[in-house]
Amino acid sequence: MSQMLHVSSNPHVRDKMTTGTIMKMVAAALLPASVFGIYNFGFRALLIIAVSIVSSVFFEWLYDRLMHKKNTVTDFSAVVTGLLLALNMPVSIPLWMPVLGSAFAIIVVKQLFGGLGQNFMNPALAGRCFLMISFAGRMTDFAVSDKFRGVVDAVTGATPLAALKENGFTEGSVPVLNLFLGNTQGTIGETSALAILLGAAILLAFKIIDLKIPLTYIGTFGIFITCYMLFSGMGFDINYLLTHLFGGGLMLGAWFMATDYVTTPITPRGQLVYGCCLGIMTAIFRLFGGSAEGVSYAIIFGNLLVPVIERVTRTPAFGKGGKKA
Amino acid sequence: MKANTPSERLFNGIIKENPTFVLMLGMCPTLAITTSASNGIGMGLTTMVILAASNLMISLLRNFIPDKVRMPAYIVVVASFVTVVQLLLQGFIPSLYDALGIYIPLIVVNCIILGRAEAYASKNKPIASLFDGIGMGLGFTLSITCIGAVRELIGAGQLFGHQIIPVADAAAGTAGYEPVTIFILAPGAFFVLAFLSAFQNKFRLGAAKKGIDPSNPDCGGSCASCGNTMCKGKRG
Repeated sequence: MSQMLHVSSNPHVRDKMTTGTIMKMVAAALLPASVFGIYNFGFRALLIIAVSIVSSVFFEWLYDRLMHKKNTVTDFSAVVTGLLLALNMPVSIPLWMPVLGSAFAIIVVKQLFGGLGQNFMNPALAGRCFLMISFAGRMTDFAVSDKFRGVVDAVTGATPLAALKENGFTEGSVPVLNLFLGNTQGTIGETSALAILLGAAILLAFKIIDLKIPLTYIGTFGIFITCYMLFSGMGFDINYLLTHLFGGGLMLGAWFMATDYVTTPITPRGQLVYGCCLGIMTAIFRLFGGSAEGVSYAIIFGNLLVPVIERVTRTPAFGKGGKKA
Repeated sequence: MKANTPSERLFNGIIKENPTFVLMLGMCPTLAITTSASNGIGMGLTTMVILAASNLMISLLRNFIPDKVRMPAYIVVVASFVTVVQLLLQGFIPSLYDALGIYIPLIVVNCIILGRAEAYASKNKPIASLFDGIGMGLGFTLSITCIGAVRELIGAGQLFGHQIIPVADAAAGTAGYEPVTIFILAPGAFFVLAFLSAFQNKFRLGAAKKGIDPSNPDCGGSCASCGNTMCKGKRG
């Protein structure tokens, strides 16, 4: 017997990619948006990002420690959660809010349901919505600090979408190029569509995410907004559409949060359905809802629909389904 | 403790079979009206009065109610007491009546009351049933008052309507506690109920966590062939 016969259980084809690698890639892809946020809003943005990441990692460590579980800090998912949470906050919030948001995101939403892979809802977005419901005033307070270098409605400091909702759409009221580049008011990470698309390109190049969810999401949203314009008698206006596409959290949500592996359908057809649901919900929340923004609620609501979508779009096993002879 | 004595019934209702945290009954009022500790006490005591009275009445009538129509009969008894209590509350404590609103008439179909009628009062003597009702009612009152107190404290910085923690006022520019509003909204009820249930399980069922009792194991004590690595009673 010169050759040993190796017997092992499946899977037999393995990849070098680990959860840690993927999470590091996502964190790296968020860097352009983070750096731009810091450039845009000043040192305080960096401070909020740092506090949010450190507290997320701390709560992950603390929970594992207290519950005598394996330390899961090294999979980097807590870093990504903390970073996403910080990017979803206005720069003016007090520093204890990211800590509270991280605690809720990591402990209640993620770990109590069984940790990464078991959470039914995107932790960062759930953390944001927790803060949003609790401290609506603080979370939508975009007061202009003197560090802010963007172009802004200096009186109210409103975000482009809030201004759009408040004042209605007037010709040339919102400079679309500034929206795309990110010289506007908003949460730390959402302002620059350019920086976010740069990060998304990195994720696409390394095949961390694919185009199905983001494209159906943004596409459905665009179609819905266009229909709204045509049927409400406003007439088609490309600037209005672009303001909605680039003027809020849509880009950050579509590329980084709607593509979270854990909380999206596994089936390819399900992903398309999921993207469409998100697009329609976001548009409805923005156009007819009370608040100017609707991306976070649309995505966490979409997360809840995932089990249903998966059940409906599951490919039937060979020999099952189809017409009975 | 001897079964079916008044003190055993009280202990059973408050601790051993606490309707909220152990039996998980009456979730509708538990989640809906616990926005403050005083609402919790009001709802709990109202329920307790009706529970004790209906338990007593149903126990007295237990040999006269035909088995096939027992549910309608229970509902008639409970509904009569609810109507009495509702009119009394409306007349004498209108503030509580307004705060509890629709949840007072809904006590008629409260599953603690119907559950105790079915599971206990219809099979036991009047005195034991009366104390079963009082015990369950006290257990319910205690639980929802705790939930209400936690929600009120975190969500508004108050306890029984008194400001315990000074709240920040942006207009006046004073610093202080910023209430986590979500706790007095609907999601907060679920959070607090879940966490308090978890805590009481931790303390009440502390023994259960230690695994199978080695002196009296269900598994038969054959540890060598057992795969349960979590079992603290495992030998060798």
